[in-house]
Amino acid sequence: MSDVKQIVLDYVKKEYLEEGDDREVTYSTPLISGGIVDSFSMVSLKLFLENKYNIKIPNDTATPEAFDSVNNIVEVLKKFNVQ
Amino acid sequence: MSFNDTVREIYKKDLEAIRQGGIYKEERIICSPQSSEIEVEFPMGTDQKKVINMCANNYLGLSSHPEVIEAARKGLDHRGYGMSSVRFICGTQDIHKELESKLTKFLGTEDTILFPSCMDANAGVFEAVLTEADVMIADRLVHASIVDGMRLCKAQTDNYKHSDMAHLEEKLQFHQKARFRMIITDGSFSMDGDLAKLDKIVELAEKYNAMVFVDESHATGFIGKTGRGTHEHCNVVGKIDIITTTLGKALGGASGGCVSGRKEIVELCRQKARPYLFSNTIPPVVVSGANKVLDIISRTTERRDKLARNTAFWRKGLTEAGFIIKEGETPIVPVMLFNAKLSQDIARMLYDDGIYAVGFFFPVVPKGQARIRTQLSAAHEMHHLEKALDAFIKAGKKFEILHKTKQEIIDRYGM
Repeated sequence: MSDVKQIVLDYVKKEYLEEGDDREVTYSTPLISGGIVDSFSMVSLKLFLENKYNIKIPNDTATPEAFDSVNNIVEVLKKFNVQ
Repeated sequence: MSFNDTVREIYKKDLEAIRQGGIYKEERIICSPQSSEIEVEFPMGTDQKKVINMCANNYLGLSSHPEVIEAARKGLDHRGYGMSSVRFICGTQDIHKELESKLTKFLGTEDTILFPSCMDANAGVFEAVLTEADVMIADRLVHASIVDGMRLCKAQTDNYKHSDMAHLEEKLQFHQKARFRMIITDGSFSMDGDLAKLDKIVELAEKYNAMVFVDESHATGFIGKTGRGTHEHCNVVGKIDIITTTLGKALGGASGGCVSGRKEIVELCRQKARPYLFSNTIPPVVVSGANKVLDIISRTTERRDKLARNTAFWRKGLTEAGFIIKEGETPIVPVMLFNAKLSQDIARMLYDDGIYAVGFFFPVVPKGQARIRTQLSAAHEMHHLEKALDAFIKAGKKFEILHKTKQEIIDRYGM
């Protein structure tokens, strides 16, 4: 699980932080409610997870709440036996 | 279910939450034609006040131009008030085809189709030409109407960091298996006033076999040497597959929009784009006015050149006064204040001094990026801009933000 957590965290930092953006992002940092990821940008995160783990996450599962932190995302992935 | 007390209470709570969130929008009542100086009643019920308008999309100052008004009047006399039809039943007049043809020529494309608005053009175009086998790759700062249009389309969605060409290239590589790739961007970004790197985008599109879509609503008429738009500025006229733009900003400011580009794409929109198929034709009075606008901007760059001079004066004035502005060359000039309350307080003070400009803050712009967005017009005369600049400087001094760094302003006022 820690590998998955780290992979998701690394992706979030690379995908969403601009160069020079030194905001600290941890496993529990609010991503969407914290203004790091908006609902439009969230699609690339879903796409990344689906491709990386060869799963299909239904739209009603990939909600802003379910994707609001790395910890939350890891919980979603568990439902697809990714751990 | 009737509109009972329970429903009413829920809606009231929703409205209260919007107020509490500081994002409740109020209309200011304008009691004069749109121009650089307008009569405003705000708050409602108070005396009308004459103010200099620094927040209209009236870039070329054509919204109340006498020639445009005269042409609109003639259109009303000769082609009537309304058409009571969608375009394809009995809503297409000779003047609609004339306008489509003039837009095609002005934008340097193959064909054009009018929509009731650019919002409608963006809502309809993707669904008309893309399927689930395709992918749309958009800049993260594209206009909300594009986001909505993409949501209505079955194609896969992805996006790239704002104007980050390396990130776009990664995404294009990632999506090589899709049937079609479409890169989607604004030409001129409405909140920051910066321009898309269309030359680089076209280069990547050619390398990775992708189509290019550009929303030129904040560019058509004034960006580029002859005002054709961002594609002219970047020397890629003829290489953009889809341009959407509006008649509701520089081009007279009334209403209406279009999709202009490859002729098969335009033809597919005529067959399949739902906002085109299921909403009324643009009224003759607006079409006649817009035809005149195209004549004016095709025969001279005078207004576009005046706007460029006004923009240069305004950007230089604010910078020398010590404000932090978003750098660029467009007539969209955001004055960065970072703190939401500060942006509201300064906008209020400016209004008291006869300057109409609006503060923008989260969620309209990212957190910590609050600003007052100013917009120049060819209708502004130098005395308007001098007065506006004086008012800005007065406010800047009062709030002690002149010649301060971003960090110093944030340290004092917070994000």
